[in-house]
Amino acid sequence: MDLNTLWFILVAVLFVGFFFLEGFDFGVGILLPFLGKDDRSRRVIINTIGPHWDGNEVWLLTAGGAIFAAFPNWYATMFSGFYIALFLLVASLVVRAVAFEYRSKVENPRWRNMWDWGIFFGSFVSALLWGVALANLIRGVPIDETMTYTGGFFNLLNPYALVGGLATLSLFTLHGAIFLTLKTTDDILESTRAVAKKLWPVTTIILLLFVAYSYVETEMFAALGINPGSIPVIALLAILSVGTLLKAKKEGWAFVMTGITIAASTVIIFTGLFPRVMVSSTNPEWSLTIYTASSSDYTLGVMSIVAAIFVPLVLVYQVWSYWVFKKRVSRNSELEY
Amino acid sequence: MDVLALARWQFAIVTVYHWIFVPLTLGLGLAIALMETQYVRSGDEKYKKMVMFWSKMFLVNFAIGVATGLFQEFQFGMNWSEYSRFVGDIFGVPLAIEALLAFFLESTFLGIWIFGWEKVSKKLHLFAIWMVVIGSNLSAFWILIANAFMQHPVGYHLANGRAEMIDFLAVATNSYVWTQYSHVFFGGISTAAFFIITVSIYQINKNKNQDVFKVSFKFAVFYGAVGVLFVTLVGHSQAQMMIEQQPMKMAAAEALWETENPAAMSLFTIGDEAKREDVFAIKVPSGLSFLAYNSFEGEVKGIKNIQAEYEIKYGPGDYVPPVAVSYWSFRMMVGSGTAMYLLIFLAWWVAFKKDFNFSPLFYKVLLYGVGLPYVANATGWIFTEIGRQPWTVFGVLRIEDSVSIATSAGEVLFSMIGFTLLYAALLIPTIHLWRKFAIEGTDGLEIHESTHSEN
Ligand code: HDD
Ligand code: HEM
Ligand code: HEM
Repeated sequence: MDLNTLWFILVAVLFVGFFFLEGFDFGVGILLPFLGKDDRSRRVIINTIGPHWDGNEVWLLTAGGAIFAAFPNWYATMFSGFYIALFLLVASLVVRAVAFEYRSKVENPRWRNMWDWGIFFGSFVSALLWGVALANLIRGVPIDETMTYTGGFFNLLNPYALVGGLATLSLFTLHGAIFLTLKTTDDILESTRAVAKKLWPVTTIILLLFVAYSYVETEMFAALGINPGSIPVIALLAILSVGTLLKAKKEGWAFVMTGITIAASTVIIFTGLFPRVMVSSTNPEWSLTIYTASSSDYTLGVMSIVAAIFVPLVLVYQVWSYWVFKKRVSRNSELEY
Repeated sequence: MDVLALARWQFAIVTVYHWIFVPLTLGLGLAIALMETQYVRSGDEKYKKMVMFWSKMFLVNFAIGVATGLFQEFQFGMNWSEYSRFVGDIFGVPLAIEALLAFFLESTFLGIWIFGWEKVSKKLHLFAIWMVVIGSNLSAFWILIANAFMQHPVGYHLANGRAEMIDFLAVATNSYVWTQYSHVFFGGISTAAFFIITVSIYQINKNKNQDVFKVSFKFAVFYGAVGVLFVTLVGHSQAQMMIEQQPMKMAAAEALWETENPAAMSLFTIGDEAKREDVFAIKVPSGLSFLAYNSFEGEVKGIKNIQAEYEIKYGPGDYVPPVAVSYWSFRMMVGSGTAMYLLIFLAWWVAFKKDFNFSPLFYKVLLYGVGLPYVANATGWIFTEIGRQPWTVFGVLRIEDSVSIATSAGEVLFSMIGFTLLYAALLIPTIHLWRKFAIEGTDGLEIHESTHSEN
């Protein structure tokens, strides 16, 4: 395996980590105004992700940095091309980040309500936009022979991409709901369980719709043929099992299963792209690949050494931080946010 | 305006805004870590109160620092795609390392620190804040390595139509970054010192919470004296390096049109930028030579001479940065620094010698003195970056060749207005919270019990 392939895999791994982790805190943010019936319960809900959301978001920053360092042309083409979409994404992440920290600092109910809706919109818009972005990546976008994106914002808003957006939105919300069933107690736990059960069928239908649509809209699945290989089957079985697990109150396993669905779907998308990183819908020849978009071998080598040293270290202390806060959060817990 | 002008304005606005919060994160984070160390060593509850109070201020600042940092990471690709293609091989590396090494450390341990008062032992809690401090400093260091490459490119060659890295160690140990990082580090300390002084003197004047705020004040005076002293010393060596590495920036900073030996230092110049001559000027003879070489003799090159030199070296073009902006931003930074010197020693004297008997006037001055480091920080960066014009990477890539091709002026304008409004809107609750905390002081401060306080 060459370094270009290694870095493609690493970027994919970073996105798997990001979608898995930030996926549930997007979901928690989306559910906040609906599950939080009073101020105390809202605080409980926010505190379940309080110590973690920023660390989760750094998976995205690292993925962005890794793309910049390993595949500068990918970074340049995608970020300048998806301009307005990224603006909306960043703006919603900004609002969300500030809202977490500010909302409980003032007693006033209007102040708190305002920030709660900030958390909701920030999470909702981001969760939706990720699906839009991914769908466009696999569908292909207009790119010319100089690696320059030639479409506009509205090129990105095709029906297929919107279904992709709904898919990430619903999957992250379900993932977040199940996370909450693992982290809350009493009345909040009960209402979260009920919501998770209702979300599951909707999510499953949207995901299946997205898969079917992908067969029509992109060539990647056509290339897979009748036997799609094991990963798509795993993804399918995982999401189907969630309903039964929720009914049996095996939420820990249900969380693992939505996690597998997220991870496997991300892997499917990245294997579909490979060896391309951006598909040109104008002319397949003009697609960016892991070779045409990449940095020099020297740079990839340096980055590989850095990653080999620090990625394990980061994993250790992030896992440890989840372990420190493993207890459920209840109404009479000490709350920060 | 065209895409280039808009992209430049956008970069200036969002980066200067991010930079309002960064120095305080750097300086106040370290201050809090020192306070908590003192608490753990002495067990004195007063220090715990100090930690709890200043951490409220710190967390508000940190949150908005993180929020505004997000766009920083994206904007190189969004607005400067051709730049990203050209130098990504080098420039992307410190950015990726910053995220991996610094942001993970900062954010994970900050979570443990905020939420862990009752979950981890005292010592582990202290360890967490030190990890946050190390994380923010690593973050500063690596992003400055990226910036240092733009000011003084090293460790690369031109190949395959772009700049490629040939020596990672050279990039990571760029001579430019050591002074730049030190200057920023001590600038952060000075900023935090003035911040603490302002809030503390308000409380002391109100006759409230004397124990906590008098100790904070005394700490800040000492902290600030160290900060201001070193920021000046390092600044001086930066100026000396600049004469070697970016002589045009120095010439612009001094509005020095012609080469002089010995060179005079300008105290006040009104110049004519188009004609490249002084209209009115007050100068200290030999001053600039002294600044540059620690001696009253020595040649400092002038703008016109360097322009002629660069035309031979880089081809026809205008290599003169905006002189007035360079000149005045440099003076505002140094002026604020000088004023900070004065204030910090007066504050020292009032605290230690006069037992906090200050006049109403001095109270007012200290209360608003917090503006000085903010002015110095902003103008310092504006000078550094504007003085590099017309280059994005000095001597290698020009700014007009850096900007994105795919984006339209409308898109950049849209996001620029969007961010400006969003950032302006966020400033209101931020200031509201700071004011509220400053007025409340330690009244009603929730003091966490450390359940594990025995270990
Ligand atoms: C010398 C210091 C310094 C400078 C010049 C910059 N930053 Fe910064 N940045 C920090 C020092 C810092 C910090 C101290 O680490 C922050 C500030 C407040 C904070 O919470 O962390 C931070 C936060 C921060 C974050 C959020 C991290 C998180 O989620 O935890 C990002 C993505 C960036 N920055 C990116 C950038 C980029 C791409 C810059 C270049 C234009 C930049 N910063 C300039
Ligand atoms: C946080 C402190 C910083 C401040 C306040 C700052 C300020 C500025 C300003 C005012 C400009 C606009 C100059 C112009 O348009 O003429 C600029 C340009 C730029 N700076 Fe910085 N900067 C900072 C840090 C950095 C860092 C750390 C980097 C790189 C890692 C960087 C990279 C750039 C780039 C790419 C441009 C665009 C090209 C240009 O306008 O020259 N800046 N900066
Ligand atoms: C009083 C004496 C000071 C001197 C002689 C001085 C000198 C300098 C010089 C020469 C530069 C430009 C470096 C370059 O572009 O190569 C610079 C930049 C800067 N200064 Fe100062 N400075 C002083 C005070 C301060 C103070 C008090 C602060 C803030 C609290 C400050 C903050 C900055 C910042 C943030 C930069 C941009 C980053 C950098 O290039 O290091 N300076 N200073």
